[in-house]
Amino acid sequence: MPHDHHDHLSPSGHPYRPDDDHPLTYWQQMEIAVRELLIEKGVTTAQDINAQIDAMDARTPANGAAVVARAWTDPAFRTALLEDASTATREMGFDIGPMRLIALENTADVHNIVVCTLCSCYPRNLLGLPPDWYKSRAYRSRTVKEPRKILAEFGVTLPENTTVRVHDSTADMRYIVIPHRPAGTDDWTADALGALVTRDSMIGTGLAKLPSA
Amino acid sequence: MTDIQNTQTGRRWHDMGGDAAGPVPTQQHDFSLWEKRVDALMIIASAHGHFTVDGLRRVLEDMGPDAFETMTYYERWIASVNQNLIEAGVYTTSELAQRMTAVAARGATYGEAASD
Amino acid sequence: MTDRTYMRVRHDMPPGHVRTPAYLRGKIGWVERTLGPFPNPEQLAYRHAGQPLPLMRLRFTMAEVWGNAADGHQDTIDAEIYSHWLEPADAPHAP
Repeated sequence: MPHDHHDHLSPSGHPYRPDDDHPLTYWQQMEIAVRELLIEKGVTTAQDINAQIDAMDARTPANGAAVVARAWTDPAFRTALLEDASTATREMGFDIGPMRLIALENTADVHNIVVCTLCSCYPRNLLGLPPDWYKSRAYRSRTVKEPRKILAEFGVTLPENTTVRVHDSTADMRYIVIPHRPAGTDDWTADALGALVTRDSMIGTGLAKLPSA
Repeated sequence: MTDIQNTQTGRRWHDMGGDAAGPVPTQQHDFSLWEKRVDALMIIASAHGHFTVDGLRRVLEDMGPDAFETMTYYERWIASVNQNLIEAGVYTTSELAQRMTAVAARGATYGEAASD
Repeated sequence: MTDRTYMRVRHDMPPGHVRTPAYLRGKIGWVERTLGPFPNPEQLAYRHAGQPLPLMRLRFTMAEVWGNAADGHQDTIDAEIYSHWLEPADAPHAP
């Protein structure tokens, strides 16, 4: 009987990805066992685990886009964000926890790009889970040495006189790039501007989208 | 096979900044339920003080370059979460072993074995 | 640039969990800002309490880090380095 995964939900309410139908792997076996032991030992509950998954699913790049759009439209917030991004974003409801957030502003002369060469540090509370490419050997190896070639691979060409600043997230800081505001958006609302802010533009591998004609 | 730490320079395999490498791979995948659960277990267990993200990273690094090439991101994470929990004494190897055997006996796929 | 505080990253090569990237060891940068204190991850990784340490954001030129291989000589790399890895230095000479 063929499986139809479009209407097949697990008891927790999450749809299975189609390739969860492959044979159980050793590491999936371990996850189930570890989770059950942690619940039985009273470390956590199934509800808490599901709540954590839901909280993680709710964190998307739209969070970061809202921060960027507010920085573009609210000069006092922009100043506060550049001064102390942890506090400024916490007041919007985004808590970076024990780490510190630094906002990096792109300008006409400066383009910022973020990498974690040692692992995969990423501002998850603002952008969600990092994409596979951010965690790849190629990105982690090459971005600190040839950022302009990396940018070209991502389709970003910068003017000759631009300075590129690479930020290696080695310790307790997390970074969000504030992309340059696109031209032709002077009277736009923050909501409309947020739609122009892509995830990649907040990592530094992309630019904000241009307003469509 | 590459070493965890270079015999001449002392550089560790995970310390990749500046290495030559090919194009950045662009394919992405949606996270499956079991992967999200691994992530959740790491967040919860570290929030409860059983280990730190530093311990998570240390075990990931000590797995060596072959693990990076042959295991997926969350496969390495559950291996590291588990080792950290064993080191913390939250459960024993024996408890884990018997539970893993019981899990495998429930069925051939994740959906059957998770039994939630 | 006389208002810059230059520091050299020590060129030690220890085993184990450290957060000082090898490509910056032995290089000279200037302090972009001082942060912290934060507990030492080298100790936290082995289940010990981490001694609180200042954390410095250091800025390096591409030319300093990669020499002639640099893509854009005036481009920069910023990294967070714990204070026990740093020693005072003079400004590096231009390549």
